[in-house]
Amino acid sequence: MKDTQKQSSLAIGILRGIAGFVVLILIFLLGYIFITGLPNVSWHFLTSPAKAFTAGGGIGIQLFNSFYLLILAMVISLPISIGASIYLSEYVKDNLFTDTIRTSIEILSSLPSVVVGLFGFLLFVIQFNFGFSIISGALTLTIFNLPLLTRNIEESINGVSSDQLQGGLGLGLSKFETIYHIVIPAALPGIISGIILCSGRVFGEAAALIYTAGQSAPALNFGDWNPFNIDSPLSPMRPAETLAVHIWKINSEGIMPDLSKISSGSAAVLVLAILIFNLSARYVGRKVFERMTSAR
Amino acid sequence: MKDLDLLNKNNERFIYQFESGSNILMATKNLKIYYGDTLAMQNADLQFKKNSITALIGPSGSGKSTFLRSLDRMNDGVAITKGQIYYRGIDINRPEIDVYEVRRRIGMVFQRPNPFAKSIYENIAFALKRRGMHDKKKLDEVVEKSLRQAAIWDQVKDDLNKSALSLSGGQAQRVCIARALAVQPDVLLLDEPASALDPISTAQIEETLIDLKKDYTIIIVTHNMEQASRLSDYTVFFNLGQAIEYNTTKEIFTTPKVKLTENYVSGNFG
Repeated sequence: MKDTQKQSSLAIGILRGIAGFVVLILIFLLGYIFITGLPNVSWHFLTSPAKAFTAGGGIGIQLFNSFYLLILAMVISLPISIGASIYLSEYVKDNLFTDTIRTSIEILSSLPSVVVGLFGFLLFVIQFNFGFSIISGALTLTIFNLPLLTRNIEESINGVSSDQLQGGLGLGLSKFETIYHIVIPAALPGIISGIILCSGRVFGEAAALIYTAGQSAPALNFGDWNPFNIDSPLSPMRPAETLAVHIWKINSEGIMPDLSKISSGSAAVLVLAILIFNLSARYVGRKVFERMTSAR
Repeated sequence: MKDLDLLNKNNERFIYQFESGSNILMATKNLKIYYGDTLAMQNADLQFKKNSITALIGPSGSGKSTFLRSLDRMNDGVAITKGQIYYRGIDINRPEIDVYEVRRRIGMVFQRPNPFAKSIYENIAFALKRRGMHDKKKLDEVVEKSLRQAAIWDQVKDDLNKSALSLSGGQAQRVCIARALAVQPDVLLLDEPASALDPISTAQIEETLIDLKKDYTIIIVTHNMEQASRLSDYTVFFNLGQAIEYNTTKEIFTTPKVKLTENYVSGNFG
C-alpha cells in the first residue's frame, strides 16, 4: 500500500473512533439515566404533588410549571424574535449598526445562564417587584431564549430563495406583504423546527430560574383556571418551581426518604421530554411544510 | 479572419425609430442606470410596439437584464435609474408614481422558475386576493383563464391543490407566466425565462409566448440567439451598457448595420 493510502485510512479510522466515542458517551448517559430513572416513573409520580418529608411524592406540579413557563416564555419571545429576524434578514444592509446588533445577539447567547438568572432576579423580582413568580421566570427565560431563537429564525428565512421575494414584488405586492405572506410561510418548517429545538433548551434550564421563578411549588387548585387567582395554575404571579429546578433543589437540600428515586425519576422525565423535543423538531417541520404546500 | 473591432471604436450605433402614429406602448428616454457610482446603462432610448415581441440580446454583463428590470422598476433600491420610462405615454420613473400599480400593469417572469411554496391555485390567486378579490367563482375563472393562456391548464387542472413545488421546471415556469398574467398586465417582461429549462420545455414556452403576443406586449431577455430569431419581431443588441443596435429581428440577423452586431450574431464573440 502507498503511504498516502495508509495515511488516509489511518485518518478515517481515527475520525470514526472519535465520532463513535461521542455517540458512546451519549448512549451511556441516556442508558444510565433511563435505567435508573424510568422504573420510578408512574402515572401517580407524574401527576401527584411533591412531598417534603414523606415518601411517595410526585412531580405533577413541577411538570405543569415547566410546560407553562415554556409556553409563556415562547409567547413573549416569539414575536420579538420573528420581528428581529425579519429585520436582520430582509431589511438591513451590512454596516456597523447591524454588525453591532449581530454581535450583541452573539454575546447575549453566550452569557452564562446563572448570570442571566441573577440579572432577572435584580430586575424583575426586586426592581419590578414581581417577586419569585412565573412572570419573572418567563421574562428571564425570554432573555435567555431570544438570541438563539432569533438566530434560528433568521437562518430559516435566509434559507428561502430570494427568487420568492422577487416573484412577489414582480406581482405588485409590497415588500412586507411578500415577506409576511410568502417568505415567512416558506420558512415556517425551519422556524418551527427552531422553536422546538429552543423549547428543549428552555425546558431543561435551571440556573436562570432558581432566583426568578423560585424554588417552591405551592399546591395548585386545578379546578380554578382564572389567572387572577393566586392558586390558579394559570396565575403568572405565583412562584413556580420547574422540573429542572426541582432536581437541583432536592439533590441539594431534599430530606424525603425516597430522595434518590424521585431524583432519578425526575431526571429521566426531563431528559425524555427534551429528547422528544429534539427528535420531533425536524419531523414536525416537514409535516407542516407538506400541509402548507399541498393541502388547502 | 476578419478584424473583430470588439471595441466598436467609432461608437457606431443604430436605433430603429417607429413611424409616427405607430402604437408604441413603452419607451425609454435619456435612460441612465447607476449601481452606486458605476454607470451601468446609457444610450438606450428604445421604443416598444404594442403586441410585438422584442428580444434583448448581448453578452453577459451587457446590461440587458438591468435594462429589463428598470422597465417595471424592479431595480428600485438596487440601482439608481435616471431618465424617463414611458408607459402609455406616462413617465413611470417618477417618485409619485405608484410602483405597485406599475408592476401589476407590467408583469415579470424570472430566469429561474420561482413558484411560491403554495398550491398551484394559490400561486395564481394569491396576488388577486391581496388586492381584495375574494369572490370564489371569479377567482376560479381567472385561475383557469391564466393557466389556459400559459398552456398549462390541461396538465394541472386536476392538481390545482397540489404544491406548485412539485412541478417540473417547465411546468413551474408556465405557472409563473400564468401567475404574472393573472393580475392582468399588458406588458410581459421575461428575463431569460427558458435558460434553466430543457429544449422541449423551451419550445413549449416559445410557442406560448407567440400565442400571447396578440394580447400582450412582450420584452424578453435571452442569451440564445436562435431563440431571439425564432421568437421576436424586433431585437435590441446590447454591449457594455449601451444599446448598440435596434432593428427588426430579420435585419439584425441578416443585414446588421453595425459591425459589432454582426460579429456578435455570427458568433465571433460573446
